[in-house]
Amino acid sequence: MIASVFVYSNANVLVFATSALLILAGAIGVISVKNPVHAALCLIMTLFGVAVAFVAQSADFLAAVQIIVYAGAIVVLFLFVIMFLGVDRREHIHFEPLVGQRAFAAVGVAITVGGLIALMARSHWVSGATSVTTKLSKVGGGNVKELGTAVFTTYLFAFEATAALLIIAVVGAVLLARRERPTHGEESA
Amino acid sequence: MNWLATVDPIFGDRGHVGLAIFVIVLVKCLVGLGLLMTSVIVMIWFERKAISDMQSRIGPQRWGPFGLLQTLADGLKLLLKEDLIPSEADRTVFKLAPFLVLVPAIITFGLVPIGGEMTIAGHKVLLQVANPPMGILLLLAMSGISVYGVMLAGWSSGSKYPLLSSVRASAQMISYEAALGMTIVTVVLVTGSLSVHNIVTSQSHGIWHWNLIRLGIVPFVVFVIAITAELNRPPFDVVEAESELVGGFHTEYSSFRFAIFFLAEYMNTITMSAIIVTLFLGGPAGWAPNVPHLKWLFPIAWFLLKTIGFAFCYIWFRASLPRFRYDQVMDLGWKRLIPLSLGWMLIVAGFLVAKGWGFMMAAVVLVAYSVLTRAFSLGQSREVGADSVLPIVGGRPLPGEVLRSMTDEESD
Repeated sequence: MIASVFVYSNANVLVFATSALLILAGAIGVISVKNPVHAALCLIMTLFGVAVAFVAQSADFLAAVQIIVYAGAIVVLFLFVIMFLGVDRREHIHFEPLVGQRAFAAVGVAITVGGLIALMARSHWVSGATSVTTKLSKVGGGNVKELGTAVFTTYLFAFEATAALLIIAVVGAVLLARRERPTHGEESA
Repeated sequence: MNWLATVDPIFGDRGHVGLAIFVIVLVKCLVGLGLLMTSVIVMIWFERKAISDMQSRIGPQRWGPFGLLQTLADGLKLLLKEDLIPSEADRTVFKLAPFLVLVPAIITFGLVPIGGEMTIAGHKVLLQVANPPMGILLLLAMSGISVYGVMLAGWSSGSKYPLLSSVRASAQMISYEAALGMTIVTVVLVTGSLSVHNIVTSQSHGIWHWNLIRLGIVPFVVFVIAITAELNRPPFDVVEAESELVGGFHTEYSSFRFAIFFLAEYMNTITMSAIIVTLFLGGPAGWAPNVPHLKWLFPIAWFLLKTIGFAFCYIWFRASLPRFRYDQVMDLGWKRLIPLSLGWMLIVAGFLVAKGWGFMMAAVVLVAYSVLTRAFSLGQSREVGADSVLPIVGGRPLPGEVLRSMTDEESD
């Protein structure tokens, strides 16, 4: 593990240190900052750090998608919710809206960390997987082709299932937000 | 380190970055920034002059020849003004927000290939500040980031009107990003690469290879409309609507911070004109006579000519088109442009595989459009009224009559 660090040249170490700093500072900020808008900004910082890490590993497409989808769409939606619902002033930390959520959170964290450790023990030390697409020999070319082939052949079912899930979520949101008048036009006359 | 070579041929195969290369890259960055800044100054002057001409006015004339220095004078005036921060403002975010608009504007310009290739001191130099492998996706990423600038500027002002305006602005920008992305996908599909350099070189074999014609006119039209909405320029400037509203998301900004917003807006206008040229009009492609030593000059001239043409179009839009109402902005984005660009993308993809697939896709898209049209007409004839609005969560619901008068126009 240590030996592979030294294979990296100075520039790569610099890039890695920068991205790690961004990720960690952002992640700590998300959970320690009081104001929800600041927390969302810290989240963006983390996502940027991850994007930098992706670029350093020649996963340019993933880096771009990381910014476009997570920073450009999802966190914007978070911010919308925060702004519209006006929860941007003060939060009561001692009040638990869900009973026993702390226990659940602890279990969730344990499972995630355990999974990560298991993943790291079995495969490449930095990426967590040997390689989803091919060997990263075609570095710099923006491995869109390999990624596309993998998504539409090997992982087709998971891909389509995700698509279906997202559609269901959209339809559900529309159904929840929309309410038809029960009697058509009788009271308006 | 040899991945650098795929980014830019200047780095060579050995991946050794010497002083010469460093200096060349630095000069490229500085020239790019200088070009952008200068063109902003000229663009603002050009816009004011052109609009005055269209409205039979004289326009700026006092500072410099033809009033060319008017922008500098205005900039200086802004810098000398008092820098106000509202007492209710979130100070950190308030100071951060202008830069979240400015930095993406500068970075996006770095993508634009201004000319072809040049040989300086034995190094092949792309006349483009950067040619990252993620290429044109950087444009989408940066326009995603600039949404934050607008949104946080409004929120951090600690005032209701900028907040409302920033929510409106960011909703508009996000809505049009989908159509924008879809048209960029058609360009990427036909090029087979994300890199901006490849997008340009694939169009360099004459006017019939320009994406404008190669892809049919539709993606170009959708792109121009969507990018105008992204820019919040007229006719999509309901965000600012300087003749109707207080001033939009930057109402509370003054002095240098306001100047940054202003600068970024014009930078974006120029950059997007350049991006339209790059994606659809072949970038620096054009006729070039075989003059020794000066061959690199003609692509630059073509590029500038095309870009100025589009910059003028934006001014023209502003002078001649009435502003969209907000619901019209949303209708156009979600109900017209997104289905159109999505359908066109499918048809282009089909034709790239085989002709049969192309026609099949076209048929499928037509069927989908007719279903969609039917759905829209059903949705429009739907009754709206007090009962179709959700009760307010956690607050006192409005009295029925008030709500009905707000939502029902005809039934009263």
